[in-house]
Amino acid sequence: MAQDHDHGGDEEHGSELSEMQLRVRALETVLAEKGYVDPAALDVMIEAFETKIGPHIGARVVAKAWSDPAFKEALIADATQAVQTLGLINRVGDHLIAVENTPTLHNMIVCTLCSCYPWEVLGLPPVWYKSAPYRSRAVSDPRGVLADFGLTLPGETQIRVWDSTAETRFIVLPMRPAGTEGWGEDKLAALVTRDSMIGTGLPKDPKAVG
Amino acid sequence: MDGIHDMGGMHGFGKIEPEANEPVFHAAWEARCLALNRAMGAAGAWTIDEARFGIEELPPEVYLSHSYYGKWALRLEHMVVERGFAGADEIAAGHALRPGKALRRRFDLAAVPRSLTRGSFGRPAPAPARFEVGERVRTRNIHPSTHTRLPRYARGRVGVIEALRGCHVFPDTSAIGAGENPQWLYTVQFEGRELWGENADPTLKVSIEAFEPYLEGA
Repeated sequence: MAQDHDHGGDEEHGSELSEMQLRVRALETVLAEKGYVDPAALDVMIEAFETKIGPHIGARVVAKAWSDPAFKEALIADATQAVQTLGLINRVGDHLIAVENTPTLHNMIVCTLCSCYPWEVLGLPPVWYKSAPYRSRAVSDPRGVLADFGLTLPGETQIRVWDSTAETRFIVLPMRPAGTEGWGEDKLAALVTRDSMIGTGLPKDPKAVG
Repeated sequence: MDGIHDMGGMHGFGKIEPEANEPVFHAAWEARCLALNRAMGAAGAWTIDEARFGIEELPPEVYLSHSYYGKWALRLEHMVVERGFAGADEIAAGHALRPGKALRRRFDLAAVPRSLTRGSFGRPAPAPARFEVGERVRTRNIHPSTHTRLPRYARGRVGVIEALRGCHVFPDTSAIGAGENPQWLYTVQFEGRELWGENADPTLKVSIEAFEPYLEGA
């Protein structure tokens, strides 16, 4: 279960915390008493988001694509179908699209209008992904955004930003790091960060993971 | 609608501040709020497009001053009252005072697995697609006061059809209860300079997912 803790700690956030706790509790009680929702079913949904669905799924997909050229080809052709074959999740929603980074092209995913995100393979989006700074700048100043993440790409690298304005969902297939020849999928998956699959980061340095 | 939610290209929001080892939820109420919102959608109380429009209808000062799940809580409260699923008096009392309204299905344990897969919004095509991959198109200069998925920064701009993504529920009509009205969906790619002018990053290309009614030949 999520722990109550006052992230941020400023007064404004603290007051929102207690106000929202009360409002959401009232809503849940009313909607349950009306017979619309079973609180036990909410528990199971929350548990899935906290423990089952997360970027570890995407990391397995990327590691498989790095290891198996036929799978990579299938992933780029139809990521929904390809991910389905791995059996990592019950069913993949329609129109998952994998976009591949190359030495000359870097992809980045955003939803400028709300918070669309490939959560079946990455879990729920982090706060920054849903925040005004990211949503406003990703489409106009992606290099500035990457600098906020401590990432500088060569000036000649083409930057491609995908604004998720419909029910299509995108996942970035980052480049396999050099120095990982002969690595198995488990070891490769440990290099794949959430941010590398959004395009605001790169996979971990293999030397740091060893 | 030309609301505060349509943030692409705006200035002044500052630096992005990623949180190291961020938890899935920062408080228990956020988890309950997410689950309640999704559960009511899964129960058939409203479509995803109506729910997104519900967030956009929050006043701009409310939108900017509340956290992500704070906005979800306000949206949920607003929508259950607006659609008659509960009264404001019941939410204030913290208890149901009257029997509930009929819903398509109750959100119970059996409904959970289905709710963990994204809905399917592909629909049979009513007509052949009007545009082909590689074709130049111009996005229309539209400003509906209701929900649309054509962001302001990409209106009236020339781009190239990069992919045809099938025929989907049209959010602009679905959001206002005017039906699914399926439309072809395209990935349209723009040069950074077409969107942001001559000082744009010359290495930048941006794409949107554009429904056919957003596009005209160029």
